[in-house]
Amino acid sequence: MMKRAKALFLGLLSPSSLLLAGSVSAESATRQLNMPRGVTEVSQAAYDIHMIMIWICTVIGVLVFGFMFYVMYAHRKSRGVTPANFHENLVVEVLWTIIPALILIVMAVPATTALLKVYDTGNPDIDIKVTGYQWKWQYEYIGEGVKFMSELRTSQDEIYGRAPKGEHYLREVTQPLVIPTNKKVRFLITGNDVIHSWWVPDFGVKRDAVPGLFTAAWAKTDQPGTYVGECTELCGLGHAFMPVVVEVKEEAEYEQWLAGKKEEAALYASTIGKQWTFDELMVKGEEVYGRSCAGCHQANGEGIAGVFPALKDSPIALGPAEGHIGILIEGVAGSSMQSFAEQLSEVEIAAVVHYERNAWGNDVGDIVQPIDVLNFKQSQ
Amino acid sequence: MAHGPSQNFFSRWLFSTNHKDIGTLYLWFSFAMFLLGGFFAMVIRAELFQPGMQLIKPEFFVQMTTMHGLVMVFGAIMPAFVGLANWMIPMMIGAPDMALPRMNNLSFWILPFAFTMLTATLFMEGGGPNFGWTFYAPLSTTYAPDTVNYFIFGVHMMGASSIMGSINIIATVMNMRAPGMTYMKMPLFVWTWVITAFLLVAVMPVLAGAVTMMLMDINFGTSFFDAAGGGDPVLFQHVFWFFGHPEVYIIILPAFGVVSQIIPTFSRKPLFGYSSMVYATASIAFLSFIVWAHHMFTVGMPIAGELYFMYATMLIAVPTGVKVFNWITTMYKGALTFETPMLFSIAFVILFTFGGFTGMMLSIAAADTQYHDTYFVVAHFHYVMVAGAVFSGTAAVYYWLPKWCGRMYDETMGKVQFWIAFIAFNITFMPQHFLGLAGMPRRYSDYGLQFADWNMVSSIGAFLYGGAQLLFLYNVIRTIGWGKPIDDPQVWEGAVGLEWTVPTPAPFHTFSTPPVVK
Repeated sequence: MMKRAKALFLGLLSPSSLLLAGSVSAESATRQLNMPRGVTEVSQAAYDIHMIMIWICTVIGVLVFGFMFYVMYAHRKSRGVTPANFHENLVVEVLWTIIPALILIVMAVPATTALLKVYDTGNPDIDIKVTGYQWKWQYEYIGEGVKFMSELRTSQDEIYGRAPKGEHYLREVTQPLVIPTNKKVRFLITGNDVIHSWWVPDFGVKRDAVPGLFTAAWAKTDQPGTYVGECTELCGLGHAFMPVVVEVKEEAEYEQWLAGKKEEAALYASTIGKQWTFDELMVKGEEVYGRSCAGCHQANGEGIAGVFPALKDSPIALGPAEGHIGILIEGVAGSSMQSFAEQLSEVEIAAVVHYERNAWGNDVGDIVQPIDVLNFKQSQ
Repeated sequence: MAHGPSQNFFSRWLFSTNHKDIGTLYLWFSFAMFLLGGFFAMVIRAELFQPGMQLIKPEFFVQMTTMHGLVMVFGAIMPAFVGLANWMIPMMIGAPDMALPRMNNLSFWILPFAFTMLTATLFMEGGGPNFGWTFYAPLSTTYAPDTVNYFIFGVHMMGASSIMGSINIIATVMNMRAPGMTYMKMPLFVWTWVITAFLLVAVMPVLAGAVTMMLMDINFGTSFFDAAGGGDPVLFQHVFWFFGHPEVYIIILPAFGVVSQIIPTFSRKPLFGYSSMVYATASIAFLSFIVWAHHMFTVGMPIAGELYFMYATMLIAVPTGVKVFNWITTMYKGALTFETPMLFSIAFVILFTFGGFTGMMLSIAAADTQYHDTYFVVAHFHYVMVAGAVFSGTAAVYYWLPKWCGRMYDETMGKVQFWIAFIAFNITFMPQHFLGLAGMPRRYSDYGLQFADWNMVSSIGAFLYGGAQLLFLYNVIRTIGWGKPIDDPQVWEGAVGLEWTVPTPAPFHTFSTPPVVK
């Protein structure tokens, strides 16, 4: 920490640090001062109008503050001036009302054209549904049968300082969203629980994910690469821990990736009937629990008093398996316990239920199989 | 001489109906809340000093950001200006007291209870409010801790207090002006407060409506803000910001008033365009009602709505510009001196204008797509709220303190405080512009390594700024107890107005016989 403070102090002293700030190397990324220009028409339009505004404000600022500092210097009492007594001047007052109004009218023109670009969401080549969950994103390729969750990959140990922070700290996910170059991709954005907001700065895309509504945004770029964004609407305690990562791939590569995803889905469907052992389920369950449940119910299963109930010694975890599965499938109305039927696979639900029934001193001892979860779903 | 204050400490302060004593109560209460809200800010900045979770857990962090906003807006800034209004409005218009003195007592004494209840939630099971000071549904309804009900009750109490305070100010100004004091002769501080009071009366019931709908959704099964039941979470935002946008003008208009009193005094020259200042204030107040959805540019409104709110918002720059030009032209060809209140007022003009520039940038909807909910917005509103409202409140205290207590503050110490506050403020908030543009969202308990440097700078600035407030507290207490006594009614060479015609220190009752204004 002291090292960084020292480096920063020296960096601030050296004028070159400011000159370098615009470049994209990893070192100077820490000192980025301005908005990125990004890789889509929308982000570039936003950047251009942003720069126009900065220059207009700079010119006005120099004139107004320049005059003010002149007055503060020239009309000090200590210089022996006697105060004038004038006030009100119609011409001046009309001018300083009309001139700013004219500047605003001029600014409104590029501001309007830029906004029209943001809203140009028609005729997409690909539609992707983006759903915000507490605290992860789900991406669904509409019409392709491909759907997956994208969650933070940074470990709790890194966050809580028990392990050194990696290069991509809080900027890495389990599965990034993948889109092709040179295709107009439309994002249909919604929320599952509370309001989130899906932001990719390099695309100029930021739209709120409101439960019950859809908002639309679009991106088209010719530049492959990895683009990182964030959730930008306060969504609870995990708000800072649900980054957005988008990989833009060349079209052929994208097609290959998509085919692989479809295969994965087919393979999964065929293994759902497999009988799992007690220990296999515990291992899988612990992993799912850490990702999807520990945020609220805590890693030790003790919850947070008054907000998130404890699972350790809970009547549900120690009661019949059916009821326990039911809570995960249906959620609890009027509470922050959501339905996990869409978020987790049958295998994952079975594993995590099994884990909760047999961890932290809970000792039901039964085995919950994926097929039990499937049967429960079908009986509904 | 009429009756003095009660000699019994409790009956003097608990039962007071004297505008000066109630003004003092408001000011001390707001300063206590300022320190509390500032303490929350220090917790936030300490946690953000480095990446990673060091001191507190994310759930406590969001409670801190929420409570910091609520306490500062409703507990520190608003009551501070009500306190100034109580002290100064009767003295400025030549009235013996406020029109409704008992209600005045009530409107103050509600506040300590409201804030005790709000703060107590931090120690309850489930913790304090954790949904941001804007408390968007459904995070603040379905997903909120049970203590949200205390929060709702607290907001209702604050609202009742504000409405009573406003009615009192309107009644006082309309009915109790000295003979000859026409509306267009009232000092600007009085004008800005009347307009603010009308804003408050218009929008506090809207806030009360929003929290009542929340209460119904949470406890009685309605679905105002729940799409699953036919409601709409976006409706909450429209209702909230219909209150929220006028609210930020409620905070800043009295600050305009203060600065419009101080700059002419230390320029020794009348305010340049008195009537255009009045009209500009009224225009800003009107515009504040029709721009609310510019806080919601990313919520997915139709483009027609988005364009309208963008154009309307840009318009605010015109009357605001008029004000800034007027202040500077008032200084032009004056005979300027730079006592502490003047320093804070000049800093106000510069930094508020800077916040105005970023405000214009934010009004451009396409660019706002990138700025929205990032640290750029945090920097913007701290430039207008802290360098705006807090600087002007500090200026007001230094300006009127000698009149209130008959003792002069220590000028050197005042200037030292000013320079520390001015520099530390900019160290804190200037880098937040860069953080926001580079992509750091607000209300984040943790952040990627690329934001580490500027966050550390910002935190260091924040600790310094916090320290400057302790210096302020010390300086005020020292003045009241041990400052150099003065008895010149004028206090400042260039001061003009009825409040400077009464003796210094201002006696317990002033203008028992109304003065005549030419």
